[in-house]
This record gives sequence, C-alpha cells and structure tokens, in this order.
Amino acid sequence: MTALTPVLSSRWAEPRSWTLETYESGGGYVALAKALKSAPADVIRVVKDSGLRGRGGAGFATAAKWGYLPPDDGGPRYLVVNADESEPGTCKDVPLLMASPHLLLEGLVIAAYATGVRQAFIYLRGEVVHVHRRLLQALDEARAKGYLGRNILGSGLDLEVTLHAGAGAYICGEETALLSSLEGYRGQPRLRPPYPAVSGLYSRPTIINNVETIASLPGILGRGAAWFASMGTRDAKGHAFFSLSGHVNRPGQYEAPFGITLRELIQAAGGMRPGRRLKFWTPGGSSSELLTVKHLDVPLDHESVGAVGSQLGTRGIQVFDDTACVVRAVARWTDFYRHESCGKCTPCREGTFWLTQVLDRIEKGKGTRADLDRLLETCTSIRGRSLCALGDGATMTIVSSLEHFKAEYAAHIDGHGCPFDPRQTALFSSPGAKEADA
Amino acid sequence: MTVKQEWAMTPPTVTAIIDGIRVTVPPGTLIIRAAESIGIEIPRFCDHPLLEPAGACRQCLVEIAEPGPDGKLRPYLKPQTSCSMVLTEGMVVRTQVTSKVAERAQRGIMELLLINHPLDCPVCDKGGECPLQNQAMTTGQADSRFTEAKRTFEKPLTLSTEILLDRERCILCQRCTRFSDQISGDPFIELQERGARSQVGAFDPEVLDFDGYAPTGLAAEDESGRPFSSYFSGNTIQICPVGALTSAGYRFRARPFDLVASPSIAGHDSSGSAIAIEHRRGKVLRVLAGNDPEVNEEWITDKDRFAFPWSSLDDRITRPLVRGEDGELREATWPEALARAADGLREAVSGARSKGVGVLPGGRVTLEDAYAYQKFARVVLGTNDVDARSRIAGDEEEAFLGSRVAGSGLGVTFADLEAAPVVALIGFEPEDEGGVVFLRLRKARGRQKVFTFAPFVSRGNAKLDATLVPTVPGLEGAALDSIRRGSGTVGDVFDGLSQEGAVLVVGERLAGVPGGFTAAVALADRTGARLAWIPRRAGERGAVEAGALPGLLPGGSSAQSAEAREGVARVWGVSGLPLAPGRAAYDILGLASSGGLSGLVVGGLTLSDLPKTLANGIAKAPFLVSLEVRLSDVTAHADVVFPVAPSSEKAGTFVNWEGRLRPFTAALQTSALSDHRVLDMLAREMGVTLGTPTVEAVTAELARIPIDDSLRPPPPSASGPSAAEAARRAKATTLATWHALIDQGSLQDGEPFLAGTARVPVARMSPATVAALGIEGRVLKVSGPGRGTISLPLAVTPGMVDGVVWLPMNSPGSTVARTLGVAHGDTVSVKGSES
Ligand SMILES: Cc1cc2nc3c(=O)[nH]c(=O)nc-3n(C[C@H](O)[C@H](O)[C@H](O)COP(=O)(O)O)c2cc1C
Ligand code: SF4
Ligand code: SF4
Ligand code: FES
Repeated sequence: MTALTPVLSSRWAEPRSWTLETYESGGGYVALAKALKSAPADVIRVVKDSGLRGRGGAGFATAAKWGYLPPDDGGPRYLVVNADESEPGTCKDVPLLMASPHLLLEGLVIAAYATGVRQAFIYLRGEVVHVHRRLLQALDEARAKGYLGRNILGSGLDLEVTLHAGAGAYICGEETALLSSLEGYRGQPRLRPPYPAVSGLYSRPTIINNVETIASLPGILGRGAAWFASMGTRDAKGHAFFSLSGHVNRPGQYEAPFGITLRELIQAAGGMRPGRRLKFWTPGGSSSELLTVKHLDVPLDHESVGAVGSQLGTRGIQVFDDTACVVRAVARWTDFYRHESCGKCTPCREGTFWLTQVLDRIEKGKGTRADLDRLLETCTSIRGRSLCALGDGATMTIVSSLEHFKAEYAAHIDGHGCPFDPRQTALFSSPGAKEADA
Repeated sequence: MTVKQEWAMTPPTVTAIIDGIRVTVPPGTLIIRAAESIGIEIPRFCDHPLLEPAGACRQCLVEIAEPGPDGKLRPYLKPQTSCSMVLTEGMVVRTQVTSKVAERAQRGIMELLLINHPLDCPVCDKGGECPLQNQAMTTGQADSRFTEAKRTFEKPLTLSTEILLDRERCILCQRCTRFSDQISGDPFIELQERGARSQVGAFDPEVLDFDGYAPTGLAAEDESGRPFSSYFSGNTIQICPVGALTSAGYRFRARPFDLVASPSIAGHDSSGSAIAIEHRRGKVLRVLAGNDPEVNEEWITDKDRFAFPWSSLDDRITRPLVRGEDGELREATWPEALARAADGLREAVSGARSKGVGVLPGGRVTLEDAYAYQKFARVVLGTNDVDARSRIAGDEEEAFLGSRVAGSGLGVTFADLEAAPVVALIGFEPEDEGGVVFLRLRKARGRQKVFTFAPFVSRGNAKLDATLVPTVPGLEGAALDSIRRGSGTVGDVFDGLSQEGAVLVVGERLAGVPGGFTAAVALADRTGARLAWIPRRAGERGAVEAGALPGLLPGGSSAQSAEAREGVARVWGVSGLPLAPGRAAYDILGLASSGGLSGLVVGGLTLSDLPKTLANGIAKAPFLVSLEVRLSDVTAHADVVFPVAPSSEKAGTFVNWEGRLRPFTAALQTSALSDHRVLDMLAREMGVTLGTPTVEAVTAELARIPIDDSLRPPPPSASGPSAAEAARRAKATTLATWHALIDQGSLQDGEPFLAGTARVPVARMSPATVAALGIEGRVLKVSGPGRGTISLPLAVTPGMVDGVVWLPMNSPGSTVARTLGVAHGDTVSVKGSES
C-alpha cells in the first residue's frame, strides 16, 4: 500500500492557510533564504539531482529545460508560470494557488535566481477571479516583506512578477500560444523552432513551467534532492497531485508519490459509489487514452502508463463507473476540443468540427457502422498532423474508446439510441432519478 | 586564419537526400524549396516564398530523419511541415512520392480542407487557377464522405469597397493576414473568432460583437469610412489560394481560362513593376502582379492593379479631331488632321510673327515617345523648349539630373535599397509616391534605419519606423546642410549616411525647393552616401535618358555644349541643333499664358496639377496640337487632336527609377498609335524625317547617341532662401503637400471601388500651431494667392513641425495647385471653422 505524501497540500487545512503569516509559521521562505546563499548553478544541480519533471503534462525534466537557456547576453530573459489549468479533469493548480499562493511565489524566486531571470509572469486562467485576487494579495505581501522586488533578502537579486489573467482559452495553456496571448496577440501556437528557451516571450529566452513544478522547488531546496528523490519511481521521482474526479466517494486532490496505482487512489478516495464498478478512466485528463479495470494496478508514472498505451499527462484522473456511457463521455470531450480548437491548423479545426457531428449522430442513434471507420480515419488524419498537441489530445479518448468499447458504439448504432440512463450516471442524488428508479 | 578564408571563398552548402535524390542547397533553405529545386512538388497552401512560414494548413507534411550527434539517422516521430523546416546536413526527407505516411497525411489534410469548403468552383472567380481546386483534382478523393452541414457565412463580407471576402471559401491559410502584417504593415484584416468559426475580417464591430469605441480617428479611415484601408490590399486576392478574396471590379466577370494574359509594365509610378494585363476580346478585365524578384517581387500597388478602366471610358479618342470654323472639334481623317497640324505648326514656327513653339510631352511617356518629342522639338520645331516634367521643375533639378542621373545606367537598385543600413528620404514619401519602393523599405525593417526629412512622420513612414528630421517645407536645403558630424538626430543622420551602402533618396518635390538638389548632392558627397532619384511618374526617368528636358540632350550631355550638339546632330543627320537655351515646363506654360509662344505640342499633360495661371497657357496658345488618349482639358483647347495609345495598347520602354529598362509589348492589339509614331508622321507631313516610326528604330538610334561624361552639365549650385527669407517663413504658415497614392489622378478615373479605398483627405497641423493661431472648429480653411479655399477636416498631428499645414495635393476637396495656386513650401493662410 503506497502512502499518500502531502507536501504541497500539507497545510491546506490550516486556518487562513493562504496568508504570509501562516506560510512563514510553517517554515515558508526558509528554503529561499537557503537557496540564495548558494550559487545559481548549485541550485540547478539540486533540482537536477532531485529528478524533478514538469508537472504541466509532458513531464519534461525541469533542470534540463532550464539548461536550454542560452548563456546570459545581458538582455532580459523571462520565466513564465503556466497557471492556465484548463484540461478537463485537471484541478490541482487552482486549489494549490487558493490555499498556498506563497508556495508558488517562493518557488518562483528560487527558479528565477537559478536561471538569471529578473522578470517573471504568472499566466492565470481568466475565469478564476478568486485566485487572481488571492495571488495579488500574496504578491503584495511578498513584496512588502522583501521576498520580491529589489535586492531580495539582501542577496542582490531583483525580481518583478507580473500577474496576467487570460481570457479563458484552453489553448493558452499550450506554451507558445500562452506567449502569444501574453504579448497581446491571438492565443495561437507558434511554430517551433525557435523554442521558447531560445526565443520566447518578446523573442527573448523564456522558461515556461507549470504551477506545481515551481511550487515543488521550496521543498526540494529546503529538504534536499535526496528527500525528494526518495519518493516515486526510478524515472519519475517525487510527489505529485493526482486529481480524482467522477464516481468515487471523495473526489479531490491526492498528493502521492509517482508509482501509486489507481486501486490505491480509489481506496484513498473512499472507494467507488456503493454497488458500482469501475468502467473506464483517464489517467491524464481528457488528452490521454482511456484505461479500464484492467489497468487498476498500473503504477502511475510516465513510463508505466506509456507502456499500456496511454499517458500520465496532468494526472487528471476522471473515474467512470458502469453506469456511464462511453460514447456520451467521448462526445462531450470531443465537443470540448471543437470548442477550444484555436482554428490555426486544418486537421484540428476541421477534424474536431467533423468528429463532433459524427459522435453526436452516433449518440443519438443515427449513426452507421461506417461512421466508426470514419471516426478512426479522421483521428488518423489529425493525430500527429496538427500544429500543437491540442489536436492530438482530441483523438485520444475516441481511438481508445473504440478500442476498448467498440461493442458499446455498435449498440448505439444497432439499437438506434443510447442504452444507458444518464440519470444513473449523475453524481448528485436527484429525487427525480430515484422516482424513476422506483 | 586560412581556414576562415577558405570558408569565405566557397559559399557553404548543405547536402541531404530527398526521395532518394541527393540535393545540395545553401544553408537555411526550407525543405519545400529544396524539393522544388529537384523537381519534387510538395503540395502546399499556406506557404508563400515571400511570407514567413505559418505551418497552418499542414498540407506539406513529409517524413524526416536527421542524423544525431553520433551520426546515426533519427527519424522524427511525426511527419513535419516542409514549409517551415530548414534542410540540414545529412537529412533524409521522404515526401508523398516515396512515403506512405506522408501521402496519407497529405490525403487526410486535403479531405479535411474540403469538408467545409463549398466546392462552388463553377461560380468561383478562382475556378481554373485555384491551388485548392487543382490539388483536389490531382490528389483528392472523388467523393466526399462528409454528409453533415457545411459551415456557412453571410456572403460576401465587404473588407473595403474594393475587396470582398466570401468566408465560406476561406481555408484560413493566413496568407492574406500575414501579407497585411508582414509586407504592407496595414492592420487591414485579421483572424477573428476561434476554431471552426475562425474567419478573416476587417475591423467589423458586428463580426467582433464589438460595440463602443472606434479604433482610430478620421485620418486613418478610407473614403468609404472604413478604418484601416491599405494601398496594397489587392495583393491578398492574388495570393489567396482559393477564391475567398475577390475584387469588386472583377468579381463574377470572367473565368481565368477565358482570359489572355499579356506581360507588361505598370505605368502608374516610376518603379516599373512587372504586371500581367489579362484581357478578353479586346477588353482588359484585370491586372495581376508579375513576378520580378529584382523589381517588384510579387507585389504591386492597388493603383497598378485596379486603375486600368481609364483608357476605355466613353471619352476615349479613336479618331483625329480638328477644330472647325465653328470653333468645335470634329472628327477628321488622319491625312486631314496631319495636314492641319503641319500647317499650324509651320506657321507658328516660321510665320512672320513667330514666337516659337514649346513641347510638353507629359511625365508618363515611354522612353521612345520622350525621344520622339524632344527630337521633334529640336529638329522640326527648332527649339530646346521641351520638358516632360509637367510639375514644378527648374534648372537646379536639371543640373542634378544631367550631372548625376542621365546616362548613368543602373544606379541604386531595389536590392541596394533593401540592403542599405541607412536610408534618408528627402522630398519623398515612399508609400504615397513610391509604391513598391515602400514595400522594399519595409522588408528591411529592423535591419535598416530610415530618416525622413519632412514636417511630420506620415503613416507610411511610421510603418518604416522612420525617424523624423523635422523639416520646414521649402527649407529642405537648410535641413540637409545642417547634417554634420555631431550629436542628436543631425549627427545620427550624418553617421548613418556615412555607413557603407547608405542611400539618400530624393523625390520630385525637391525640385521646387531652391538650393535643395545642391544641398542633397553636397550631403551625399560629404557622407559618401549613394543618391537615388525616385520621381513619381512612370516616364520621368526615361525622359531624362531621352533628353526630353530643355537643357539635356539624349544621353545626358548638355544642350549648351557645342560638342554635344555636334555629336547628336551627326547621328541625326542634321546640320545643327538649336542654340537658344530651352525653358522648363512651367516657364513654357507661363510664357504661353502671357502670349509669348505661338504654339504648343502637348502630350499626356494633366492640368489639374497646375496652378490656374499656368493652365491658362494651354488656352492661350495660338495653336495647340494635342496627343491624347482621352478627351481632356487640354484637348478642349486643341486645334488638332491626335489619338494615341495607352501603354496597354502599345509597345515601348519605361525606364524605372533604378535606371532599369522595362520594355513591354502591346497587350491589346488595337489601331491606336504610339506618340512616337504620330510625331514621325507629323514630321514627315512637315517635310522632315524624324526616324521614329517604330520602337526598334528609336532603340537603334538611341544606341548610336554618343555618351561622354565630360559633356554633362555642371552639378547644381544654387543657394537656398536667404536668412531673411527663412526668417519670414518661420513666421508664416507654410504649406506641405504631396500626392496621395490613391487620389483624383486622371488615370484612376472609372474605378469607384478603388477610389473608396483612398484615405480621407484631412488638413494637418501641429497642436502648438493650432493653439498659436487660435484655430477653432473641426474644419480648417486654407487659402493662398488663388481665389479658392480648401476646407478639410482638421487632423491635429502631434509631433508635426510648427507653422506648417499639410494638405493632400490632388484629392477630393483638395486640389492644391488649381484651387490655391500654390505649391509645396509656399505660404498660405488658414482659419478654423465648424463646417
Ligand atoms: C492544449 C494544451 C494545453 C495546455 N495547458 C496547460 C496548462 O493549463 N497548464 C500547464 O502547466 N501546462 C499546460 N500545457 C503544457 C504546456 O505546454 C507546457 O508543456 C507546460 O506548461 C510546461 O511546464 P512543465 O515543464 O513545468 O510541465 C498544455 C499543453 C497543451 C498542448
Ligand atoms: S492543433 Fe488545434 S489548437 Fe493546436 S494549433 Fe492546430 S487548431 Fe490550434
Ligand atoms: S482569405 Fe484566402 S488568403 Fe486569406 S486566409 Fe482565407 S484562404 Fe487564406
Ligand atoms: S504549406 Fe506547410 S503548413 Fe501550409
């Protein structure tokens, strides 16, 4: 049994956990003071030794990403925190920022120090106005206490942080679209190369990291690389949020070492709904291939999940029990991608437009067997052909659901309708549903 | 050291394999172009060689493997866009020709591109020349598997009076928006909305669901009241890979396969842009940009593209006209008209009370026509009174042209302009007066520093990030003289122009500024900068080469040099050339208006650009022969009118501002004759063999004209206004003016859609001047010595030189020369008014 490892979430339950006072009383900003005493290169070495990988989805080694920055040429270089969190099923950064904004800020100063950045940005998902306010408050507190601004803690380090609220587009979480949006342009991905580390924000070297990635730094610097690396698996070290949603009794954020299994997580979350069995789940938000009961014991790390044909992604775990219609779920996800497609490239723009209509038809019982091939072929036309990973993401649940649940699609077509009762799937206990049951 | 030198000698190359074929290209070559170089055509839509890659359509996907650090080939996991990736050493590329993956990827994209496309090719302007149609026919599936409802939009969207957009046809390749952004720099159109609702649009509050403020003031609007007009918008139609963008004039008029395309040269400015005139049954339906990498690349101005109907309007002259006893013009036969003209001219030249005849060819002549006019003047009429510069022009400019321009061959080129680290502009507005010159300068933006000697930074110059050298109109010479080693802008200009490759561009307006050309030459000599003279009209450089200026003989030698006259006379087989110094166009007209001339021979002259007092010279001339395409205010006073061909109906040569010969042949075969042919016939009627019946004859004769640099006129040496005069001006309100690219020029007649894209005429003044003069009200009334007043909306322009008012030269409501009788640099009076 893998134990949970609440680190970033360890103080969420404390009263007024978000204040600087609470944060400091629990040892906040001590790691920063410590980091500022060592050379930037030493900070980077600690991060490298810890094995920290990006928590934004791709799982790229953080120290290696920083290493792509060209040598200092005297001009500006930027650090951008990606707080756009919009992936369906992913809901870790927002609660983290609500509960412990200073964790991010402390990590941010450490990262800036290590990478030679004097100006950082936080790109926040636009809809979370309450988080925006909380971050502004935290920034004020940190500035007043000398954790931000000029000559931080007497170290000579200057750092300004600009908080930017997006306008509510999933695509603006994609790092190059984020940069365009931050510059005031349409939020559309850019061609790579050049990579942001070389030419990013305002054509200057830029590092983009996820909130959780950055928030992990105080722990690593404070308690040491070995402590961090003692958690997790060989290639995926440390603690990470697993966001459980759907048909479990206690949905929420579960902070655990990589390698924990879904079975363990469901147990931690109080099990499935009474009398219901797991049917399918997403390991990494809707941009990952669906897994099933067969995968309950797969260790949740990048490599193991990859080996069973899916991706760990953002660890946005959406759990569906046997009342759920997979066609319906996939149709809703696909509609999300259609809505969120930025429209820049043909396969994603046109493909999601088409996929939605075909899925809608199948769900309504008006589909044909040929539609199933059409879905697969269209996914083939999109996946790996689009400009950014959003297009790829749109195909994941479609292709995997057809692989695991083809019969269910067939049932919709042959039975001219959905064999499931959506009210059974609903998480709230609606009186209407009960009556219908009775 | 030696290694480095070897590198410098052999240009580095990259060798790779595409579809099994070895290819060697310069480093930095995109895969799609490298493939082209060995004849492999990778399908594409968003790719355009002159635009930065977008990687948007994804049609050009290919499979790629690249050697890693260990030299082993590493395949990319996904197909890559060949339009955005550079070929690297040892790369192995497999296109649709050899890769199933690439072929499948491209087929998938094609299918997806077509699902929302209306497939209305039978009624689409692009049908027959459409990249989407062509590629769908060659590689697409025959039947669509898409059975759902296609995306629709209200059609068409009016982007400007000229440009219409059928959004449902658009494949969102972003070529048009990238053109607007990267090439012309106009925020004319942008992508709007997202996903499948993505669409191109202008600033359209309805599409944007936007309501509240207007984005810009009146001065940034076009005539139709839309913001963000562009002088180059027509290029977007041509590069659109589908029929989404159309022009109001051509829409639904023709199918491309019914048109005959004749390559030609644009005649609206001095750039000599390559164009294709497309016509059907003797009627021009559209003009497209030709592809000439050295000159206009693939772009032309909207004026070059759309302003062609003028020559086929109802007032086109098809037969000679002679003035009858009743004082009315009537049609006549060629022999009758030639006889009348010959008689009249003979009388005017050699009659008892002859005061001589002047020749005004106009600024749009071909090299051959200009040559014929000046030879006609010198040989038949015995005068040096010939001047193609139908604008303010004087001896100082002529000295400049003779000493620096004529016969100098290819000087500063478009490529030189683009490569110049620093360009300084004097009396020249690239966007309004230079057309594609502006695009070349803008192409160099970021690598090039532009200085403009002007009273304010115009919108075009702002797009070049130009730095203003504040200059009072008329005192340009002093501004040039002030450029010295030192600090501030003055020092920056000096240092800039001292850099290798720097160019000082002088425009035609400098001709009206005493001391201007003298100062420009001195500055160029002082800094080592190269000089480029960029006149506005298409025929001006050719006229200089042909000697259609009073003091210049063909080949650039001085008409005052006996040796030069002898040399030319020998070629012409005449005993001698006239001795008396010739007069400039304005002086010829002035003389005529005071009864000092017995006759005029006039080509394509536009009176609207002349002050009334001079225009009167046309009416006053006792005998007037006019060679014109259409009835005009010159033909209205003519005794004999000969119809001549517009450039689409004749062969000839424009010499562009670079000094590059731009020969063209007749696009339309009509019976209309060139000016040089008519003059040849007229000379024959008068008993003289002019020898200009054909282009070939003129070319052969021109080649025999001796060129001798020692016989050039001396360089200009004129002084500017005196200190007292400068001080007087400093207190007065001085006029700055130039022609907007799209204005009331007669060659733009008959194209209302183009006229709608002209910028709204406004009067500009600095805030301080408005305050100092106590101007109140939204309208500025400007008056000069003439009786008229120009009333235009006042655009208060921050950063403008104080004491200056700017007006467009010849725009609706603002005909500066005709109404005010003044020119750039003159004093005017202003007052405010509410309406
Ligand atoms: C469509 C799309 C949406 C994304 N959204 C987010 C997001 O909301 N937050 C995030 O951190 N990363 C997001 N990413 C991943 C980022 O592009 C980037 O990989 C990440 O911010 C890097 O941070 P890390 O190295 O710390 O993981 C998204 C990627 C795609 C393709
Ligand atoms: S894949 Fe989708 S979101 Fe990404 S660039 Fe293409 S259209 Fe935009
Ligand atoms: S209008 Fe034409 S050029 Fe512009 S994006 Fe659409 S298809 Fe491309
Ligand atoms: S041509 Fe390469 S992506 Fe469009």
